[in-house]
Amino acid sequence: MSAPNKSFDPVEVTTLSAKALAGFVKDAVSAISAASNLDELKEVRLAHTGDRSPLSLANREIGALPPAAKAEAGKRMGESRGAVNEALAKRTAELEALRDAALLAEESVDVTIATGVRAQGGRHPLTTIQEQITDVFVALGYELAEGPEVESEWLNFDALNIAPDHPARTMQDTFFIGSEDSGIVLRTHTSPVQIRSMLTRELPIYVICPGRVFRTDELDSTHSPVFHQVEGLVVDKGITMADLKGTLNHFAQAMFGEGIVTRLRPSYFPFTEPSAEVDLQCFVCRGASVDNPDAPCRTCRSEGWIEWGGCGMVNPKVLVASGIDPEVYTGFAFGMGLERTLMFRHGITDMRDMVEGDVRFTRAFGLGV
Amino acid sequence: MKVPVSWLREFVDIPEALSGREVSDLLLGVGFEVEGVDTVGDVRGPLVVGRVKSVEELTDFKKPIRWCHVEVGAANGNADTPGIRGIVCGARNFAEGDLVVIALPGTTLPGDFTIATRETYGHVSDGMICSVRELGIGDEHDGILVLPAGSATPGDNAFPILGLGDEVMDLAVTPDRGYALSMRGMAREAAIAQGISFTDPGTQLAQLPEAGGSAVQAASDDYQACDLLVLRTLGNYNPAAPTPDFIKARLAAVGVRSISLAVDLTNYVMFELGQPLHAFDADKVTGTIRARRAKKGEVLETLDGVTRNLTPEDLVIADDARVLSLAGVMGGAYSEISDATTRVVLEAAHFNPTEIARMSRRHKLSSEASRRLERGVDRMLPPVSSARFAELLMAHGGATFEGTSGVEQAPNPIVIAFDPQLPGRIAGHSYDASNVEKILMSLGCVVDSSKSLWSVRIPSWRPDLAAAIDLVEEVIRIDGYENVPATVPTAPAGRGLTELQKLQRRAGLHLAGRGLVEVRNYPFVGVAEFDALGIPANDSRRHAVQLANALSDEQPLMRTTLLPGLTGALARNISRGFNDAALFEIASVSLLSADQSATGVTNPPRPSVLQRPSATDIAALEALLPEQPLHLGVLLTGALKPAALGVKQTPVTWSDAIDIALALGIELGVEIEVATGDYAPWHPGRCAALSINGEQIGYAGELAPRALENLGLPKRAVALELNLSALLAAANVVASAPAIWTFPVAKEDIALVVKADVVATDVMKVVRNAAGELLEDIRLFDVYEGSQVADGHKSLAFALRFRAQDRTLAAEEVAAARQAGVDAAAKAFGATLR
Repeated sequence: MSAPNKSFDPVEVTTLSAKALAGFVKDAVSAISAASNLDELKEVRLAHTGDRSPLSLANREIGALPPAAKAEAGKRMGESRGAVNEALAKRTAELEALRDAALLAEESVDVTIATGVRAQGGRHPLTTIQEQITDVFVALGYELAEGPEVESEWLNFDALNIAPDHPARTMQDTFFIGSEDSGIVLRTHTSPVQIRSMLTRELPIYVICPGRVFRTDELDSTHSPVFHQVEGLVVDKGITMADLKGTLNHFAQAMFGEGIVTRLRPSYFPFTEPSAEVDLQCFVCRGASVDNPDAPCRTCRSEGWIEWGGCGMVNPKVLVASGIDPEVYTGFAFGMGLERTLMFRHGITDMRDMVEGDVRFTRAFGLGV
Repeated sequence: MKVPVSWLREFVDIPEALSGREVSDLLLGVGFEVEGVDTVGDVRGPLVVGRVKSVEELTDFKKPIRWCHVEVGAANGNADTPGIRGIVCGARNFAEGDLVVIALPGTTLPGDFTIATRETYGHVSDGMICSVRELGIGDEHDGILVLPAGSATPGDNAFPILGLGDEVMDLAVTPDRGYALSMRGMAREAAIAQGISFTDPGTQLAQLPEAGGSAVQAASDDYQACDLLVLRTLGNYNPAAPTPDFIKARLAAVGVRSISLAVDLTNYVMFELGQPLHAFDADKVTGTIRARRAKKGEVLETLDGVTRNLTPEDLVIADDARVLSLAGVMGGAYSEISDATTRVVLEAAHFNPTEIARMSRRHKLSSEASRRLERGVDRMLPPVSSARFAELLMAHGGATFEGTSGVEQAPNPIVIAFDPQLPGRIAGHSYDASNVEKILMSLGCVVDSSKSLWSVRIPSWRPDLAAAIDLVEEVIRIDGYENVPATVPTAPAGRGLTELQKLQRRAGLHLAGRGLVEVRNYPFVGVAEFDALGIPANDSRRHAVQLANALSDEQPLMRTTLLPGLTGALARNISRGFNDAALFEIASVSLLSADQSATGVTNPPRPSVLQRPSATDIAALEALLPEQPLHLGVLLTGALKPAALGVKQTPVTWSDAIDIALALGIELGVEIEVATGDYAPWHPGRCAALSINGEQIGYAGELAPRALENLGLPKRAVALELNLSALLAAANVVASAPAIWTFPVAKEDIALVVKADVVATDVMKVVRNAAGELLEDIRLFDVYEGSQVADGHKSLAFALRFRAQDRTLAAEEVAAARQAGVDAAAKAFGATLR
């Protein structure tokens, strides 16, 4: 650095003149914008803002100025440096963005080449529909009741007012253990769980019982010797058939959609009186296909209703066999076939698909939650 | 039951405009499910009665042909031959003067075959003379249908005469409503459904002439089983008398074959009124006809040609010489009506329904008669129905009435005390007392409503009405189920699913989430499957519940293990091209205790159903049953993960099966312990025994090569089976929070050289116990066998973590604890530090 120059007028220090500084700035800005990458920009920055840059050299001269001139020269110098730095920052941001974009483009892959694929598991729709139905009723305050599949004949028949000579008790329908006189059967319906519930639970009783049942039918596209039912039972004071109807409608709506209703038709079951068949309003056409050949419905065969199950008011004899006073308590019960429900709900056309354990079938239903 | 609409209309007013489908809809509303509505004979167009005026035999052709002129009524002839049609016909079983059925041109016969005027065999044939077969109302091959002389006039519409065009409803009748297995019963229901009055043909006793002969006498030796027996004896019966066509047509419509007039009339009256009848050849009867128990050793050849051995449990109809029929079920061959029968004795009886049901079951013989009698038939019908039969046999078979005999023990009428408010309380919907009374009366009840508690006398044709609740059902049914409102009852606050139920769901979700696929197999197994799996002869899994009537002789047992079902499902998947399959099943198995028999007991408890069974009774019922825990079965083969780019497909190994069990344990908060196991069908060197707190719950590992070969499954398939009920029960539902110690951890690794057959987890346990409470965790991280260790030895490398509750551990403390572990392993297994 040179010694203070006291003999020169500031205006005569040419490197600090406004014109000279503007020239330096102009050179710097043009070099900055000309830099095409960050490395070049670094060179430019050193050349135009480094120790040996014209601006830095000019800056040194300020010290030699008389005090009166320092302020003005300092201001000019600050503005010049600011302009260069601003241009530098702007260009840096531009070049960094370019560099990042190029990097990302370079790193891109074909994400459709799946790697590390997980095995696809699945739960059987018979399992998940049991859970779905159970949840509908648990939400109403019911509990899930269970019972054994190898069951005593007394619970399966006698206690349900199915007389010893009832045709259902023959080997044509019922699997017997050992012999027809052993008193042990494979339960033919989930109804013995009703009796178990009445024998073991405190009143009032609100239970839902899904489960596996057995009849001596050969397997074909619509029959299976092993199938599933869900049974509901309510025993309480003042329970009416209206309660049954409302509960079935609620069930239908929970499973098949808002506004779907059920229809009861008179029928006969030994364990209920009055008894009824339950028809479900077709959840696909909602009856629009009836007498309308232009828009047939496969789900209900254009009948508008789908046979769904059976129901009724618990026969007083059944309450008596379970030690419940029918003068004080009344109840209702209903039951549906789950295979059948799945078949019309999901368009399953062959019972065997639910039996054979083909992984493709079960996987289609996912985890079913 | 098949119900021809025209026959129904005979007993109840049904608007002419209603189609069969509309009538069946009416009946559907009162509880008769409609299985279908068919039309008899698919015939359309001008079908008329004709009389054969002349027959000219044409002999110029290969087969004999007839050129006929037929009177067809003034309106149906040709312009040039008024009232006459010329018709060419190939059949020969008719003569001049016979009444026949003519399909005039424009008639369409079954098979969409439309008759047209056409020239054939040198004549213009102007219609067709029809056979039963061509009309689609029978299978008889023997030529033209010839109507009885004088039964119609030429030109009459043939449709009603033949029952053609009648609609037949097929209705399902529930077992409680035996009375509806007749036109009489259905007509009452149709009247009720329309809310119109009904004149009951079942209470109209036909007036018979003075008895003109000697009636066969009746007796009952067992009034409990047969409390009413009526006999009508008729003579001078012409066995050749044909059955009138309308009766034949109606019987055909309900599915009954015509046999002879007398037999057809028993069927006709049964379908009309509901009373099964049996006609005997009176000349074959010796002495009195009685209802009695069969004697031991008696035999009867029934009408189906089967000779049946009878026992005193059977109720029979017999005369003084022999058994004539199996009461209410089927007649005997000896006394059946034949084409030589001229004297007929008709039996009409009331039997105890249970007796009939038992006999039908015992002899595996179900007839139209037994179907009705086992459901209960109107006790007042035998006199009415037998008179109706006699009337018809006299009218159509030339018979004369010889006399009536009968015996009975009348029961008390059934009267039910009935609270008219009860239907409302059950339905949740109020019914006017007047409406309730009207409905009960429409059923035929006699109602005394003068007091608040009504007396309702039940009609004889409704033996199913036995209690107030039965009347409630009738009131709600006939008023209409659609009138019952819909409400949802409020259940008490529920407790939701039990922990076990929640955990069971969680187990399934966890397994499926790991990529396993759930299957639901049949529970039936057989000895061959146990053999294939190599399950030893004395293994308790072979002590399985045995079915009396298995669908397959190969699978008469209930499963004790889920593996047979899983191996079957796996084989199916492989055969369909899925060689990588991971299956699981959650289902119950049936495990008999050593003292329970595979075939149950011989004299099971049968508590009364008139009260709650006692605790002893309930325990006895439970004792009949096998234990039925839930099992989890898993079967894996091939790779668990599917093939993918850059991912190496690794086949499952024995450790995957164990890992699935342990991971499930973690999911459920249960620590499953693994030990060396030896249990068929697992590979004895690759079988892990799984336990919880020392209680064995199952096995996992690779299946034995022999078992896999027997089952035709891929080598190295692996399996897991455990008692899921036990696992769920052990689940830690409310975990206690651990103490979180924050002083620094000290890590040490040790490698112990032991003999190759030493079990790693045993070594780990010993080290863990000896290292004491400062040891926070121990993990096996390497197993090495090779040149660095002695032959027959292996090196087990464990990572140990030490931590104290209250201080930073000193190096000496850690070293001492570590050394304690090493020393213990040395002592227990001869382990040396590598």
